[in-house]
Amino acid sequence: MSQTLYEKLWQDHVVHQQADGTALIYIDRHLVHEVTSPQAFEGLKLAGRKPWRVSSIVATADHNTPTDHWERGIEDPVSRLQVETLDANIREVGALAYFPFRDPRQGIVHVVGPESGATLPGMTVVCGDSHTSTHGAFACMAHGIGTSEVEHVLATQCLLQKRSKTMLLQVDGVLGKGVTAKDVALAIIGRIGTAGGTGYAIEFAGSAIRGLSMEGRMTLCNMAIEAGARLGLVAVDEVTIDYLRGRPFAPQGEQWERAVVAWRRLHSDPDAHFDCVVELSAADIRPQVTWGTSPEMVVPVDACVPDPASEPDPTRREGMQRALSYMGLRPNLPIREIWLDKIFIGSCTNSRIEDLRAAAGIVRGRKVAGSIRQALVVPGSGLVKQQAESEGLDQVFIAAGFEWREPGCSMCLAMNADRLEPGERCAATSNRNFEGRQGAGGRTHLVSPEMAAAAAIAGHFCDVGEWL
Amino acid sequence: MDKFVRLEGLVAPLDRANVDTDAIIPKQFLKSIKRSGFGPNLFDEWRYLDVGEPGQDNSRRPLNPDFVLNQPRYQGAQILLARKNFGCGSSREHAPWALLDFGFRAVLAESFADIFFNNCFKNGVLPIVLPATEIDALFALVGATPGYRLLIDLERQQVIRPDGRALPFAVDAFRKECLLNGWDDIGLTLRHAELIKAFEDRRRIEQPWLFA
Repeated sequence: MSQTLYEKLWQDHVVHQQADGTALIYIDRHLVHEVTSPQAFEGLKLAGRKPWRVSSIVATADHNTPTDHWERGIEDPVSRLQVETLDANIREVGALAYFPFRDPRQGIVHVVGPESGATLPGMTVVCGDSHTSTHGAFACMAHGIGTSEVEHVLATQCLLQKRSKTMLLQVDGVLGKGVTAKDVALAIIGRIGTAGGTGYAIEFAGSAIRGLSMEGRMTLCNMAIEAGARLGLVAVDEVTIDYLRGRPFAPQGEQWERAVVAWRRLHSDPDAHFDCVVELSAADIRPQVTWGTSPEMVVPVDACVPDPASEPDPTRREGMQRALSYMGLRPNLPIREIWLDKIFIGSCTNSRIEDLRAAAGIVRGRKVAGSIRQALVVPGSGLVKQQAESEGLDQVFIAAGFEWREPGCSMCLAMNADRLEPGERCAATSNRNFEGRQGAGGRTHLVSPEMAAAAAIAGHFCDVGEWL
Repeated sequence: MDKFVRLEGLVAPLDRANVDTDAIIPKQFLKSIKRSGFGPNLFDEWRYLDVGEPGQDNSRRPLNPDFVLNQPRYQGAQILLARKNFGCGSSREHAPWALLDFGFRAVLAESFADIFFNNCFKNGVLPIVLPATEIDALFALVGATPGYRLLIDLERQQVIRPDGRALPFAVDAFRKECLLNGWDDIGLTLRHAELIKAFEDRRRIEQPWLFA
């Protein structure tokens, strides 16, 4: 019988199934970071349990770590205790790999996993972090879990799950100038809404998706959670296999050959049935900018801020009014007339080498506008940073007036010192524009790295397609 | 985990769609390495007029009088009435921990975000999905009736209004059993340890590169 990719992955991981459909699903890779794991390790210890398979664990510290003055360590004592607790837990328990604070391979867990080859096609990948959906770019069943489930995976190597419904998100055609995977993701969320994917595993397919690099596919799957989906998926192809070849934890030699054969079946069968199909034409997608406090509040750069008065649904209208008030925007203001205070290029959505190359391509030989108070580039990992520096990208950013930082989650969620002050407006390449996300009272506009770079130069939003 | 069988409690309304986990418990409080103590910072940015930081004496902070949970009539509420896509955003289990620590044992909404929904069950908090028309009606009733209470009967899968109207709701059989009994699901899973071991052994032979 024909199967979707999700159904193949599901079937391949069922250890046991109960009468009500709840299944025990085996977990291949467990990514761990400092924020959502301490209570899980403590729970394990209190119950007198041992981790089931420590070689499934890849850990790093990313959310709390500072992105400058590493020689000073972590100055916030509360953050420091959390990072030290992870150090102690991994020291006691063990792991396949641990990239602690200041390790050259440390970085955002969703950047580190794929670049080290610890994320492999066909795996189940979990982490106490919603953006674990990122790893679906490798045809992994990958999703975020809470701390109780982190403990459950540590203790049993399994999770209790119900099978999701399947959604095919078909994007065909060629993306226009300055249109990126981030714009595709935001356009999809604009179309189906932040709850549009709830209960679904979304598979992204079509010629526009096939045309994306692994970095682009990771950006897309990363944002699947912002559409409410449990996970996002892209089928394996040559792009996937080429990316993985030679990575430290990827198989080698005869094992590589065997693995590639197994990976090549990780796609939906041609006549597989999906519970829901959504189609977008790549050519219709313009560079996107969010105007509100939910990723679904998004419009093309050439549009204007919407007017709540034209929204018939009262709950939505109130939500729009509240968002505009929080964002300090008026209805019908052209997006291009929104001026920024800060620029943030980074996060598990858009901090990989390709993102930095694209942004550097825009800023090269130009200067950050005088009205911009701060423009940050935060590479996704130490290895991304090294690579960028070997290509001279750091010098391009610094010459333009950007700050070139150490890797980490940084201003995406502002758990460290990188944050917006109340009222500050930021063009960010991250994934959430919720109230207070980047700092209490901060105002976030989500965009692609290219769009953020162009906004840094101009001081306001502009269509980066016109710069290329 | 505490059992959840029946709950009769005061209802507080939070009339916004897409309430995200950053709003439920802001990130600065996620630096804690404990499971408890998040209640005073539930909805921190809406609840207080100043900026919250870990370690503050929250009893001295200025409250936002306009925020619904600060109104005297909703003090002691155990049931939160919410709108669609409640709990969207991050996977932080600190969100249900904060709700529980504040005193909420149940959330009624038109829909929930997936990870939040799952996290609730692990902590003895019951998330209940009701049709939009019933949610609308409850918002009207709660607003018009000081001291409005509901009875939630998990065994019968019903929310019972004071006027006797019973609103049925769906819940997975397994999750229901766990809540009714206060079961630790790690213990339940480990009853299948032999199956897990056999699955793992087979997988290790078939796809050894997954076990590097």
